[in-house]
Amino acid sequence: MKTRGATRNDRILLWGLRGASVLASSIVLLIVYFLLAESLPALRRIGIARFVTDGDWLPSTAEGENQYRLVPMLAATLLSTLGAVLIAAPAGLLSAVFCHFYAPKALATLQRRIVELLAGIPSVIYGFWGLVTLVPILQRLAPPGQNLLAGILVLTLMILPTIAMLASATLATIPQAHLQGAAALGLSRWTTLRGVVLPEAAPGLLIALLLGTMRAVGETMAVLMVCGNVVQIPTSLFDPVRTLTANIALEMGYATSEHRSVLFVSGLALMALVVLLIGLQRQFRRSVTLV
Amino acid sequence: MSRSTSRGARAKVADGLVQALVWGTAGTVSAVFLCLVGDLLWHGLAGIDLDFLTQGVERTGRAGGIFPILVSTFLILAVCLAVSIPIGLLTAILLSEFSRRNPTLSRLVGASLDVLAGVPSIVFGLFGNAFFCIALGMGFSILSGGLTLSCMVLPIFIRSVELGLRAVPSDYRLAGAALGMSHTSMLLKILLPAGAPGIAAGLMLGVGRALAETAALMFTSGYADRMPSSLMDSGRALSLHIYDLTQVTGGRPNAYASGVVLVALLLVINLLASWTVEHIVGGRVQRV
Amino acid sequence: MRHSLHLTGLAGLVLLQAACGNATPQAAAGQLSGRLVITGSSTCAPLVSDISKRFEGLHPAVRIDVQTGGSSRGIADVTRSIADIGMVSRDLKPSEAAELMPFVFALDGVAIILHANNPIRELADAQVKGIYTGAISNWSQVGGPDAPITVVHKASGRATLEVFLKYFGLKESSVQPDVVIGDNQQGIITVAGNPHAIGYVSVGAAEYEIGQRTLIRLLDTAGIPATTANVHAGKFPIGRPLILLTRKNPPELARHFIDYCRSEAVHDLVQDLYYAPVSAK
Repeated sequence: MKTRGATRNDRILLWGLRGASVLASSIVLLIVYFLLAESLPALRRIGIARFVTDGDWLPSTAEGENQYRLVPMLAATLLSTLGAVLIAAPAGLLSAVFCHFYAPKALATLQRRIVELLAGIPSVIYGFWGLVTLVPILQRLAPPGQNLLAGILVLTLMILPTIAMLASATLATIPQAHLQGAAALGLSRWTTLRGVVLPEAAPGLLIALLLGTMRAVGETMAVLMVCGNVVQIPTSLFDPVRTLTANIALEMGYATSEHRSVLFVSGLALMALVVLLIGLQRQFRRSVTLV
Repeated sequence: MSRSTSRGARAKVADGLVQALVWGTAGTVSAVFLCLVGDLLWHGLAGIDLDFLTQGVERTGRAGGIFPILVSTFLILAVCLAVSIPIGLLTAILLSEFSRRNPTLSRLVGASLDVLAGVPSIVFGLFGNAFFCIALGMGFSILSGGLTLSCMVLPIFIRSVELGLRAVPSDYRLAGAALGMSHTSMLLKILLPAGAPGIAAGLMLGVGRALAETAALMFTSGYADRMPSSLMDSGRALSLHIYDLTQVTGGRPNAYASGVVLVALLLVINLLASWTVEHIVGGRVQRV
Repeated sequence: MRHSLHLTGLAGLVLLQAACGNATPQAAAGQLSGRLVITGSSTCAPLVSDISKRFEGLHPAVRIDVQTGGSSRGIADVTRSIADIGMVSRDLKPSEAAELMPFVFALDGVAIILHANNPIRELADAQVKGIYTGAISNWSQVGGPDAPITVVHKASGRATLEVFLKYFGLKESSVQPDVVIGDNQQGIITVAGNPHAIGYVSVGAAEYEIGQRTLIRLLDTAGIPATTANVHAGKFPIGRPLILLTRKNPPELARHFIDYCRSEAVHDLVQDLYYAPVSAK
């Protein structure tokens, strides 16, 4: 028994919902638009080629002969992410496996809580801890201690909870019947893991890995604090490096005109990397039903 | 026969090895966590007293307290929530209740939220600086910072509210429809109350993300470390204050103390969030 | 006390107006109000913040926001009218000086710092140059212990970096750093935390930190000790002005504030931070 007022309310409601949704989804477009608009001067006057061919990163020299080589920073971002993912992916998976297959119930809950708490710790605290705890240790190995390795280790800690939590969610979706079947066959725990659990969980684990990678690529504060921020392509783990994100954080406050514009170009590059990872992840998500 | 025993023996060795590896990893993760939190508490707790929480910042944070910083932090948070709650709620309702009637819109919204959730925080900072601070003329202000954060928090908030609403049994909706309720009153009287835990969880996840954020605020809300007198003033968030303190000599004691305050706030919020999720929603809302 | 401070400010104002001409002296007597945005050099910022707090105390209706962002940023923000006053901690280039009105309000220098436990007592200019270009990479090469040198360098665009490079005749592209830092404070904390590091920072900032027992030591340059006194006397070779600048025809409040920064009423604040005060002449 709909009254006239109610249908009008419904119409208002529906338009309100649509309006809000359009607003919420337009944020991404706004971001891309502003990144592009601010990048345009650099793309036009400097050109993409020079981000690769310039000899060095000297964005605001007194002599005015600025150079804008972005390659070392891109390399630092990719290498630190790769390093962190190489450690955090197996560690996160093992931590999830621990909770599901090895730990007694109480320990599993404890481990889960700890991983959750680690996930909630802000990046500035990870950076601070890295700076006061990790860097002095590395300094004894190879001064100054702020280097690629420090960045990789801190990033590992930061993406491990993401990977562990998602891996755990994936493992929870494996049907109990399959595990019971494996047990009935008398398979050992490792054989069960290798033969039953991992193959079934693989797509979900891949998504966990991609999300971890995404977080590592975008991380700023922690790497800014522990990586040393020297612009160079590292030749060893003990070389200080500057990632794309750290470069923006370090120079944005100081940058004017073309320099500022180039920083927006690096923001655009980060965005492109992330969209690529999200595309991959959506692809996988379509083939499995996680969440 | 002998081959199968050797395979059995090898399997046993592998089994033991994996077991050691699993336990070792879990132990390392816990140890690192204890070390991190222990270090923070050990150095930070001593610095926290009433004065620290209620007094102004002196000598760029090395002395005095963090009261103006806390005020700025909460104001930034308030702006962020004031914007993201209404937009987020409405969008989530569309996604959970009306997606079949608006399939294209829902798909587009979903995809754009997925991308938004992955945008690095420093890119939000660049965007916020270019859009809110410069294009809209808000300058370095609490308003710019709060609005930038709301863009960041929206996808998290929307997704958890959406899942919370989807978790409401469809019997409720059928019963409402049978009673001839309009969409609006069904929403207000049935869905929102039933979906409240999901909304609460989303809210806390969003608040947690916003409180932890640093990079997006560096170039939007700025560094001013005194009491803001309006939303147009620049105000330094707690996380940014910690970063700043690590960059000055003699700043570490207060960096530790501020770190404990921040982590304590976040722990409370995260625990509340997971408690809500597990005990009220029944684990149906996934943590992002 | 408040009254006398105000009077001194007035005196400075009158002096300045004699120098640059266009202003109404009566305005100072009225109640000042409004908001000033000041951006620029991170070397100037702590001092300008301290001065603004005192200025706000005198004029409760005034609110001054001080944001750091480097000297070039200060110049750009004033040119684009984003800020009312820019802070600069190096000499202005001719192109910059043409469109803006600069006011020197204090003097500072840039000096080499080492960790307090470093046995090295002096470095010749050529040695500093060698260290920063990577030709010298171990302290033993300059008479110190056998330890690799950690070269602390500033991120591009900082005034301190430009002043340093200019004096030593270095090009930014030839410097081989081990750590790159942002502002003075970060440079000091990095050197204080690493016994084998070398860096260069504001003399004022370094002296202040040494006064706070931070583990760093200032090195002489060309035989002249890096002290505020030597900076003030013009003896220290790597000197630089600390400048406030505005557009031509600045807003009245900005002019009042700059006058106040150059008045004797703030000399104690300037000296507290180990800079050399300059009075309006």
